[in-house]
Amino acid sequence: MTSRLLLPAALRRYAGEEAEVEIRGGTLGEALDDLAVRLPQLERRLRDEQGQLRPHVLMFVNGVSVRSGSPMETPVGDGCEVFVAPAVSGGRS
Amino acid sequence: MGLAILLIGTRKGLMITRSTDDRQTWAVDDFQFLNQEVYSVALDTRQDPPRIFAGVGTGHWGPLLTYSDDLGKSWTEPEEPPIGFPQGSDASVDRVWQIQPATDQQPDVVYAGVEPHALFRSDDRGQSFALVEGLWEHPDRPKWTPGGGGACLHTVLPHPTNPDDVLVAMSAAGVYRTRDGGATWHPANRGIQAAFLPEDQRFPEFGQCVHKVAFHPDKPQRLFAQNHFGVYRSEDRGDSWTPIESGLPSNFGFALVAHPHRPETLYSFPLQADAERFPPEAKLRVYRTEDAGANWEPISKGLPADPYYAAVLRDAMVADRGDPAGVYFGTRLGEVYASRDDGDSWSLIASHLPDILSVRVAEIA
Repeated sequence: MTSRLLLPAALRRYAGEEAEVEIRGGTLGEALDDLAVRLPQLERRLRDEQGQLRPHVLMFVNGVSVRSGSPMETPVGDGCEVFVAPAVSGGRS
Repeated sequence: MGLAILLIGTRKGLMITRSTDDRQTWAVDDFQFLNQEVYSVALDTRQDPPRIFAGVGTGHWGPLLTYSDDLGKSWTEPEEPPIGFPQGSDASVDRVWQIQPATDQQPDVVYAGVEPHALFRSDDRGQSFALVEGLWEHPDRPKWTPGGGGACLHTVLPHPTNPDDVLVAMSAAGVYRTRDGGATWHPANRGIQAAFLPEDQRFPEFGQCVHKVAFHPDKPQRLFAQNHFGVYRSEDRGDSWTPIESGLPSNFGFALVAHPHRPETLYSFPLQADAERFPPEAKLRVYRTEDAGANWEPISKGLPADPYYAAVLRDAMVADRGDPAGVYFGTRLGEVYASRDDGDSWSLIASHLPDILSVRVAEIA
């Protein structure tokens, strides 16, 4: 069960400057747990220490946002694309 | 003084400056951590090589606690998350507000104060931090409220000779002290007014909005506190406090710095009021007392005479260990002023930076 995690430029330094990495698992949570073992510095940019998606991180599985509901339960697997983007937020500073 | 390093943490990056001519001129390195807030910096000179710490807010990607052992040429973030609440605690670190190396007796101990209100301790010089459970589990914690800047633990003051005695300050929870190495904590706010509460509730046991606490290591029983309305002194390490604001143009402000060699001397940067956060009368001035707060004098030689409408934040003023002492402050206009004569005169040493959040300085042997 291997998915492709597509990274924005700001995160590629945590992945050896690669634009995408493979993640393994049947759900998004399992796949990010796998990422936490192999690339822990990248994983902690996406999730906090309680395993929750950071508030201003967007993730799309095959083009569908996973922010609502239980993002970590989202099924992923072979052929899935998991796209990461910074939310269009901020502007205070 | 040999090599002096001045760290300037800003809303959008870190500037490291160096002086090799007894603080007369400062050379500027590249701006680092671009577009990331550097709320906390520390220079740990207890071991060789010295270690620079930075608490960085990476915007969308969460907080980062990193360090450099080559004076900022390269930075290390441990593979394992260096700081974080235990799983299941229902909390996550939003921001690292303070990084405080402990005393020389504990060369591997480093404290970190974070948002939400919590203290972390490292026993391996910052590789990994553990939550200080005694404070996190304190029965008062559910009643602690955030200050305007957040629910921050912004000040950590280890006793210079007794490692079991540590004092922390939190907005808006007040001052707490442990005497048993962090197992138990007690509020230490008696005499400090919470002017923002109803009149009959203005001296609570905790809940004061303390902005900064400072002390001189030769006199650890004597503390100074800048509060949200009120400047205070304690002669019993926080058991009781008395006002020392008479002579200041305002009792509001954030920054408070003790002189490195004279326990009676303290520097303050008052602001007009909580709803008017600029220097009183728009005059850029530091205030100095040389008698522990009985009298205050404005010191402004060399500072701009034009109206100045920018504040100095709580960690943006600092003193070095020189004699005479160097005093430094950074403003929210992105300017850093320095004195190398105990504050008698000032000069601009950096400008055109983003607003300044944190300033630290040390001499490197």
